[in-house]
Amino acid sequence: MALPSYASPLQRVWYYAFRVICALVFFYLMFPILVIVPLSFNAENFFTFTPEMLALDPAGFSLKHYVDFFTNPDWQLATRNSLTIAPMATLISVSLGTLAAIGLSQAHVPFKRAIMAILISPMIVPLIISAAGMYFFFSAIGLQGTYWGVVLAHAILGIPFVIITVTATLVGFDRSLTRAAASMGAGPVKTFFKVQLPLILPGVISGALFAFITSFDEVVVVIFVGSAAQQTLPWQMFIGLREQISPTILAVASLMVALSILLLATLEILRRRNERLRGMSPG
Amino acid sequence: MSSSDTKTDMLSTHDGEPLKKSLGRALRRQKMRALLLIAPLLAFIILGFLMPIGSMLTRSVDNEVVEEIMPRTVAALEDWDVDSTELPPEETFRALVADLQVAVENRTALTFARRMNYELAGFTTMVRRAQREVRRIDLETDGPFRDMMIESHEGWGELATWRALKAYSGDPTIGYYLSAVDRTMVSGHIEPLPDDRSIHLMLFWRTAWMSGLICFLGLLLGYPIAFLLANVKERYANLLLIMVLLPFWTSLLVRTSSWKVLLQEQGVINQMLVWIGLVADDNRLTMINNKFGVIVAMTQILLPFMILPLYSVMKTIPPSYVRAAKSLGANDWTAFWRVYFPQSVPGIGAGAILVFIMAVGYYITPELVGGPSGMFISNRIAHQWYVSGNWGLVGALGTILLVAVLVLYWVYDRVVGIDNVKLG
Repeated sequence: MALPSYASPLQRVWYYAFRVICALVFFYLMFPILVIVPLSFNAENFFTFTPEMLALDPAGFSLKHYVDFFTNPDWQLATRNSLTIAPMATLISVSLGTLAAIGLSQAHVPFKRAIMAILISPMIVPLIISAAGMYFFFSAIGLQGTYWGVVLAHAILGIPFVIITVTATLVGFDRSLTRAAASMGAGPVKTFFKVQLPLILPGVISGALFAFITSFDEVVVVIFVGSAAQQTLPWQMFIGLREQISPTILAVASLMVALSILLLATLEILRRRNERLRGMSPG
Repeated sequence: MSSSDTKTDMLSTHDGEPLKKSLGRALRRQKMRALLLIAPLLAFIILGFLMPIGSMLTRSVDNEVVEEIMPRTVAALEDWDVDSTELPPEETFRALVADLQVAVENRTALTFARRMNYELAGFTTMVRRAQREVRRIDLETDGPFRDMMIESHEGWGELATWRALKAYSGDPTIGYYLSAVDRTMVSGHIEPLPDDRSIHLMLFWRTAWMSGLICFLGLLLGYPIAFLLANVKERYANLLLIMVLLPFWTSLLVRTSSWKVLLQEQGVINQMLVWIGLVADDNRLTMINNKFGVIVAMTQILLPFMILPLYSVMKTIPPSYVRAAKSLGANDWTAFWRVYFPQSVPGIGAGAILVFIMAVGYYITPELVGGPSGMFISNRIAHQWYVSGNWGLVGALGTILLVAVLVLYWVYDRVVGIDNVKLG
C-alpha cells in the first residue's frame, strides 16, 4: 500500500489519516494489557502511577505484590488448582476431540452438519446457562464441588476449540498417505500414531492450547460446579475484583499476560512449521 | 451367488459379488467407522451438556410444588371463579387448614410459601402466621375456618391471594415465563407488572442494544485494521497480527481487571486527563459502573473476534479487482465502495454475528465494570440464582436467552457455516 508519487493532496491526507486511525485502534487493543505490567510493580497499594513511578524513582517500584502472590495461601491454592484442573481438562478434550474430528473429516459422515452443530454448541451457549445446567446435573450425580466435576465441565467447554482447529488441519491432510501406510501393512492404530498424528500435530497442539486457556481462564462454570476447595486463579481474581480490590491482582494479571505471550509464541512457531510442511508436500 | 447367475454382465469383485453391493458395504463400513470415532465425544456432550441444560430449562414450567403440598386446596379452588368478587367458600378454607396441617407436619409449608412468594410478595409471612394458627386448630371440632385464617393474617381475606393461588396451582405452569416478560397472573388475568417490578424486558432490550452497539463499534474499529492487515506486506502483517492475537489470548479476567483499573475515578485515564488539564481534579469522570464502562471494555475484549474473520475474508480478495476498477476510471472511494466493500461483506456478516452472539451472553465484564445500570440479562439470571434461588425464573429467562442465541447460531451457520469458523 505504498503511496504513489502522483498521489493527490487528498490521497496523501487520507493515507496518513488511515495510518493514524489504525495506530489508535492498535493502541486501544494493546494499552489495557500493557499498562498493567508497570502498575504491578507499584510500591503503594494504588491502582495508578504514583509521582515516584513517573519520575522513575526506584523507591516507587517494588516486588511486594508479587511476593504477596507467592506467599499468600489463598493465591497459592488457587494457582495449584488452576494448574491441576486445566491440564486434565485439556487431556480429555484433546483426546476425545481429536478422535471425533478425524471421524468428522471422513468422506461420508451421516448427519455431519447436525453433529458439528452439537459439538460446537458449548462455545455458543451463554456461560451462565451452561453453568446453571451443569450445576444441577453434577449435583445429581454427586460430582458438584469435586475436582472431577470441574475437570469434566471444563473439558466440555474446551471441546469446540479442539474440533475447530483439528478439523481445519485435516482439510489439508493427504489421504493417500494413510492408504500408503495401510498398503504396506500398518494397522489403523499404527497408521494413526506413525503417519496421521505427526502430520496433524500442529492442529492438535493449537487445539490443546485453546482448551487449556479456556479452562485456565474460565470463571462462571467453576463458580457453579466447583466449591471453595476448587477455587481457581480466575475465580480468586473475580472475587478480588468484586469485593476487596487488592493490588495483588495486578501482579497475577501481569503473570497471566506473560503466559499468554508464551502461548502465542508457541502457536506462531507451530503455524510456521505447518506452513513449511505444507509448502513441501505436493499440491 | 456367482457371476454366472446374473443375466447381464454386471461388474463384480473377484469373488463374484456385484461391485455395487460391495461398494455399498464398504461405504456403510466407512460410515460406521466415522460414527464410532465421533460417538464417545457426542455421547459426552449430549450427556454432560445438552441434557443438563435441557433439564434445567424444564424447571421453567415445572410447578409440582403447589399441587403436591396443597392438593385439597387446589382441588377445592377448581370450582371457584377467578373473576368472582367473593372469597372462596368455607370448604376451601377447610381444605387450606387441612393441607397446612399436613405441610407443617412434613415441614414443606415454607417450600410452598417460597414458591408463592415469587408471585405475590408477603406470602411467606401469611403462611408463617397460618402455620402457627393451624397447629392449634382441630379440624373436626373447630370452625368456621375462614374467620380463623383471616384473623391469623388479613391476607387470607384478600381476593388477590386466592386469585394468585388459583393461577399458579397448575402444573406445568407458564407463570415463570410470564414473570420473565414482566407479566403476572395474580389477579387471574395476564397483566403487566407494576413499573417498579418490571426489569426483565428492559434488561433483554438493554442486552440487545448494547450488544448491537458493541458489534457496530467493533466493526467500525476492526474494519480498517483488517484492511490494513490484508493489504500490507506479509512480513508486516504477521507482526501486526500479533497485536490482535495477544489481546485474543489474554485472559478475560486480566482484560476486565485492567479496564477496571484504567476507568476508576482514581484510575490511570482520569489521572492523565487531570494531568493534561482537561478535567478538574475534584470533578473526575465517572467511567465505571455504568453503560459507558461496559461498552468500552467489551468492545476492546471482543474486537479480535471481529478482526479475525474480516481479515480471513479480505485476504482472499484479489487486489487486481480494485486496480481494474481504478483503471476504468473509478476514484478511490468508488473503487472501494463498489468493488472492494461488497466482497468483504461475508467477513462482516461472520464477524458481526460472532461478536453479537458472544456479547449477548456476557456475564463477567458487565458484572465487574457494569454496576446496576450496566447489568446484562446474564447478570440478572445469576442474581436470581444466588439471591432468590428462584430456579423456575432462572430456567425461563435462560430459555428465552438461549432461544435468541440459537436463532443467531442458526443464522451464523447459514451465512458462514459452522465448519468455517476460524480461530487465530
